[in-house]
Amino acid sequence: MRRGPSPFVAAVLGLGLVFLYAPIVLLVVYSFNASRLVTVWGGASTRWYAALAADDQMLSAIWVSLRVGVLSASLATLLGLSAAVALVRGGRFRGRTAFSGMIYAPLVMPEVILGLSLLLLFVSAGAPRGFWTVTVSHATVTLCYATVVIQARLAGFDARIEEAAQDLGCTPLQAFVKVTLPNIAPAVAAAWMLAFTLSLDDLVVASFTSGPGATTLPMRLYSQVRLGVNPEINAVSTVLIGVVAAAVALAYAIQQRRARPVNAG
Amino acid sequence: MSADRPWNERLGRSAVVIPYLWLLVFFAVPFLLVAKLSVSHTALAMPPYAPRLDPAQGIAGLKAFAHGLDLETYRRLAQDRLYLAAYLSSLAFAAVATSILLAIGYPMAYGIARSGPRLRPAMVMAVILPFWTSFLIRIYAWIAILKPAGLLNQALAALRLPTVTLLDTNAGVILGLVYAYLPFMVLPLYAVLERQDERLVEAALDLGCTPARAFWRVTFPLSLPGVAAGALLCFIPMVGEFVVPDLLGGSRTLMLGRTIWTEFFADRDWPAASAVAMVMLATLVTPILLFQRRRAEALP
Repeated sequence: MRRGPSPFVAAVLGLGLVFLYAPIVLLVVYSFNASRLVTVWGGASTRWYAALAADDQMLSAIWVSLRVGVLSASLATLLGLSAAVALVRGGRFRGRTAFSGMIYAPLVMPEVILGLSLLLLFVSAGAPRGFWTVTVSHATVTLCYATVVIQARLAGFDARIEEAAQDLGCTPLQAFVKVTLPNIAPAVAAAWMLAFTLSLDDLVVASFTSGPGATTLPMRLYSQVRLGVNPEINAVSTVLIGVVAAAVALAYAIQQRRARPVNAG
Repeated sequence: MSADRPWNERLGRSAVVIPYLWLLVFFAVPFLLVAKLSVSHTALAMPPYAPRLDPAQGIAGLKAFAHGLDLETYRRLAQDRLYLAAYLSSLAFAAVATSILLAIGYPMAYGIARSGPRLRPAMVMAVILPFWTSFLIRIYAWIAILKPAGLLNQALAALRLPTVTLLDTNAGVILGLVYAYLPFMVLPLYAVLERQDERLVEAALDLGCTPARAFWRVTFPLSLPGVAAGALLCFIPMVGEFVVPDLLGGSRTLMLGRTIWTEFFADRDWPAASAVAMVMLATLVTPILLFQRRRAEALP
């Protein structure tokens, strides 16, 4: 029998959740503020959304971020899928320790170090900094998250089903694509979503590895924030939060629908 | 175990090649470059450092290159009190924030783990969701709250309470760190607490423990892997944090992440930025290795 939480625990839990959400709620509410001052309520208005729609620099930054996000998340997911297969199915191959070390280290590595090191690579290689360098960097940084998500699902998948497919005449690759992949599809989708939102969110790595003409949304937001709070930033943020919330809800719904597994045993 | 059969293992091994190469090129090699640059000098050139390896000169070029490297940058850092102060205060910020996170995160995780089975997934989701929202935006949201005439002080004034100055102070940085990293503390703690066999606590109670004593003698010691995982997962990246001290801290808030950023973007002193990164990495390598061992035990 589980005993319910004590009043102290319940209070901390409640306050903790309020602490997590209050700033986000306030940010969204004040994006509909008619006043130019972020902290003084001047009536409801959508004028800052209109200002946003007319802000070409901000819109082009959003466009850059979306393209970087889609490309880098796709790269990270493909690489993460191979890495997860290697870690779950590869047995004890040579260099496994070094490999898993490189996979997990970026999870906790400070972003400034990742950004600086990638930048030095591009400079040494003489690669012009811009759209592609940011995309490759984001794929590298988000690869570890994609691997962890896919690995968890793959480890729970019964490999005997794949072997049965092989016994019935599939090649190992066919068996993987036709049997395993559909089963781990929700995790692959979740990995892509996670990589995409992380890319959309990243300021530090992008600032180091980007160049002229490839200003991402967080870089644009950061330079605006440095000039002070402004309701248009609240409006962009609200749009971003809305998009991410919708995407997470969608991913959750897909996962719920697909969660009733074929291989429950 | 059937997963060890050779056919699947072959597929697994061939799958490793591309991500392995990718990580070598984009993760391992860049670190060697940081190490190399930290023993180079600044130069008025683009890129702004010397010596540079000239492959056309062959062995002679390599010799000249190796000759130009020294520990001058590290000597410069060691003599400048500002770097030492930034180093120590980064560790202090991360340590204080981690302690506060444990104090808040533990009861939260405990509360979620002990709540009803229908409420639990919703509350886990509620903790994860902010993590999906932009870090930069969540920190930005605090500026409007903490400003001298901001929402917090408006609320305090309305309640006839004394107002507080938090923006551009060290306390503001701590608040921002705790806010940003709370999900990273709660989730690993929840993962171990949720798995814990509750009969152990019941047995302790049956044997005469008070609930508080049962908690400290049974529940807490068993949750230590989660405590370690959560603490490391927060402490390590916080040492190098840039966004929080930059937006919520004052001009005198010293943190290494910000030092690297300034050396790099404002002072264009790439060797100094690299040397600071190397020192930070050397400090964090032990916690990172510890984290990698704990990770398997305690993450959901």
